[in-house]
Amino acid sequence: MTENLLTVTGLSAVSDREGGMPVLRDVGLTLKNGGVRGLVGESGAGKSTIAKAILGILPRTVRITGGWINFKGRDLLSMKPQELRSIMGSEIALIPQDPQTALNPARRIGAQLADGLKLKRDMSARTAEAHALQLLADVQIRDPDRVMKSFPHQLSGGMRQRVLIAAAFAVEPELVIADEPTTALDVTVQKEILRLIRHMQSARGTGVLFVTHDLGIVAQICDSVTLLYAGKVIEEGPVRNVLENPNHAYTKALIAAGPRYDRPDAGLEPVPEAVFRELRQEIGIS
Amino acid sequence: MIAVSILNRLIVAAVTLLGVAVIVFVLLRVVPGDPIAMMIAPGASPADIAALRARYGLDLSLPAQFGVWLQSVLMGDFGTSISLRRDVLELLLGRLPATLELAFAALIVALAVGGAVAVAGTLVRRTPLEPAIDAINGVLLAVPDFVWALALVLFVGVFIPVFPLSGRIDPTLSIDFLTPFYLLESLVRFRLGVFFDVAAHIVMPVLALALPLATVITRILKEALLEAMVQDYVLLARLKGMSEMRLVLQEALRNAVGPALSLTGVQFTFLVGGTVIVERIFAYPGIGNMAIDAVINRDLPLIQGLVLVFGAIFIVINLAVDLLAAALNPRLRHG
Amino acid sequence: MAEPITITGPAAKPRRTPSRLRNLFAERQVLFGGSFILLLVVIAIFAPFIAPKDPLEQDLMLGSLPPAWLDGAEPGYYLGTDDLGRDVLSRLIYGSRIALLVAIVSASLAALIGTILGLLAGWYGGWADRIISRIVDIWMAFPPVLLSILLVAVFGSGVHSVIAAIVIIDWTRFCRVVRAETLAQSQLDYVTAARTAGFPRMKILTREIFPNIVPILIALVSLEMGIAVVVEAILSFVGLSVSSDTPTWGGMIAQGRQLIHHAWWLLVAPLAVLFTTVLAFNQLGSGLRRALDPVLRR
Repeated sequence: MTENLLTVTGLSAVSDREGGMPVLRDVGLTLKNGGVRGLVGESGAGKSTIAKAILGILPRTVRITGGWINFKGRDLLSMKPQELRSIMGSEIALIPQDPQTALNPARRIGAQLADGLKLKRDMSARTAEAHALQLLADVQIRDPDRVMKSFPHQLSGGMRQRVLIAAAFAVEPELVIADEPTTALDVTVQKEILRLIRHMQSARGTGVLFVTHDLGIVAQICDSVTLLYAGKVIEEGPVRNVLENPNHAYTKALIAAGPRYDRPDAGLEPVPEAVFRELRQEIGIS
Repeated sequence: MIAVSILNRLIVAAVTLLGVAVIVFVLLRVVPGDPIAMMIAPGASPADIAALRARYGLDLSLPAQFGVWLQSVLMGDFGTSISLRRDVLELLLGRLPATLELAFAALIVALAVGGAVAVAGTLVRRTPLEPAIDAINGVLLAVPDFVWALALVLFVGVFIPVFPLSGRIDPTLSIDFLTPFYLLESLVRFRLGVFFDVAAHIVMPVLALALPLATVITRILKEALLEAMVQDYVLLARLKGMSEMRLVLQEALRNAVGPALSLTGVQFTFLVGGTVIVERIFAYPGIGNMAIDAVINRDLPLIQGLVLVFGAIFIVINLAVDLLAAALNPRLRHG
Repeated sequence: MAEPITITGPAAKPRRTPSRLRNLFAERQVLFGGSFILLLVVIAIFAPFIAPKDPLEQDLMLGSLPPAWLDGAEPGYYLGTDDLGRDVLSRLIYGSRIALLVAIVSASLAALIGTILGLLAGWYGGWADRIISRIVDIWMAFPPVLLSILLVAVFGSGVHSVIAAIVIIDWTRFCRVVRAETLAQSQLDYVTAARTAGFPRMKILTREIFPNIVPILIALVSLEMGIAVVVEAILSFVGLSVSSDTPTWGGMIAQGRQLIHHAWWLLVAPLAVLFTTVLAFNQLGSGLRRALDPVLRR
């Protein structure tokens, strides 16, 4: 029996900027050791808020009003900043959304990769460099020597995302939070990146919380999924179950809204307004 | 690619300098009065005047005159100062180093102070200290360098008389300098007594020039730093456990210096312009002080030389800033 | 994927305090700047009635007196006297005449030239715009100090050449802003409407567009006056403005600089007045700009 790596219980938060409007409503989710959970919802559904809450980087305007985030048996929300800092970037790592802005344009790739190794794994400069080189090879970058000496603008978007994946897995974390890591990329590159994350994750037994708005991606990479709407969990379970036998009308509508490669004439149905009305009623917002 | 753009900039600089030369030439030809009459010593014979006329080509057409004039300027013949009775080029070369030392010392101080305040302001962002820094900086930003300099005179002259308020060196110190770069030379030759005296004299004018520039640098750099601090790469670095100080200095600063730098370049030309008035206030013997005397005495050959020198300095600064910006930006450096 | 639904919360308040706070701040700036300038104008106009002494009257027996609140002061000389025994307060009061004269005349002339050319460039575009914009670019590439040295050398010293120098150097500030503003206004619907209604182009410019530029112009003029006051002070400081027996703030500052170790108040008084005046013009200008400029106001 594998125990849970991450357990979120009853997490609630409000946004001060929007006059105290709830942005998370009693959210619960679990992630098994070595599991991949998709966190799905449209923009504003609260999926990024959950990711940021776990990482401890919520904007000042968002306030947590209740709940726990239990990571390996300890509540992240009640930890001192000191303890949090030692966990973040070593036990929990982030693959950010936009590879354009996530690498420092003024520093070479090698130096940026080595940062985490030196800071979190106490490597000497030389070991860190050798290790970084190996990591670049691990993420299937063809010419790691050249990339080490490159500046971010000299790499393509896909290459940059590979570098960021390497950086995330470099510290050998137990949990990786992938924040829509493929939205900024071409569709063809997306597939490779997804495969790469899956590969890195399964080889190391890392747990991944995969934030996305795309059910298609969830089907490709996740083994369980949590669907959010307006800060509330609408549906939850193993991917296969949810996608094949959705309980909620909203989930069904979302699945219908996605493209169907097997039947090009079907799919792409917009979510009916009635479904939204029902949803809002259920959650209790006007 | 890079060679081409450097060449382009050099050409633009040369053309601009030529433009300055044309304007100087035209303006000084519309000055009421015969330029020769102002150039000659009293009591010159008509033959002397005719000779001077021919030498400056004043018997030719205006464009031809310009050609002759330009040629002599290019040969380093700027004429003879009316008021000082000496070769203009010689006068300029004697005074220019004092101004250069002053301007560069002020630039360094401005960068250090402005940079430090910007970094400090970034570190204390979203604390009550930040608006305090911004407010003080905002008020100081509105103070022209003329007022700055005089306020410093007042403060140091009356309340804490530590630094001398005029001159470049204690006149009782008689030392032979090999070059006109007193500050640099005394340091390099390790004559510390002399160095400290020259340095003490330069403190006040340097502050008067540096502080206004520092406020500008602070504002621009802090804005750029704050913008960089919310980028994802800073977030990732923070997750890696970097200290706030290191985040600012290692991650944000390098990306923020670009915009701050090009603005500093423009402002540096203002600083060099400001030497004119600041040198006057502190009786500092540079070309700025000389320029005012030249205008008061209507010493046209000297004014002409001074304007060309100032023009050349401005153009060189702009060129240097362009090249430096290119050198610092990895995007431009590595194709 | 579904259209992103923005959820409207219970209280979507109207834009809150920051902007109103800023308006208040702007008003306070205008209040301070405006009232000080008004006071200064009144003082300048009625100088002969307000000044306690003749600003030119020398009395070597009463040289270098300190201000009234210091030891050794003489009654009637509120801010003391200079080394020739002239009353500092009276000289300051008369000095405001030159300062304001230069400020008003040079800022208005620079605004006039810059606005006309800016309107033409922004409204007619094409070659007019290209020529004017290029001239402005070249003009602004010249550092003001360089230009003013040249100009004063050409015109000779005196208040006329000070004004001329300021106008010649600073008309570009107005031209740039007015051109950009005209261009922006001409793309707005009311201009299109006027054009489709068949109004003559010149009339649209003067009746429709110009009134919308006036607010920012007023702010710019105020800022420019602050600059002009400093330039006049600098030039009279170095002795390139009016002749030395006319009282000017810059001249008084020069005198105070010389006597700094003997009579420091001779520097404090004119410097404080100059500083406050410049600050007042700046505050008035930036306050007006904040209050009137729709872009900044947003």
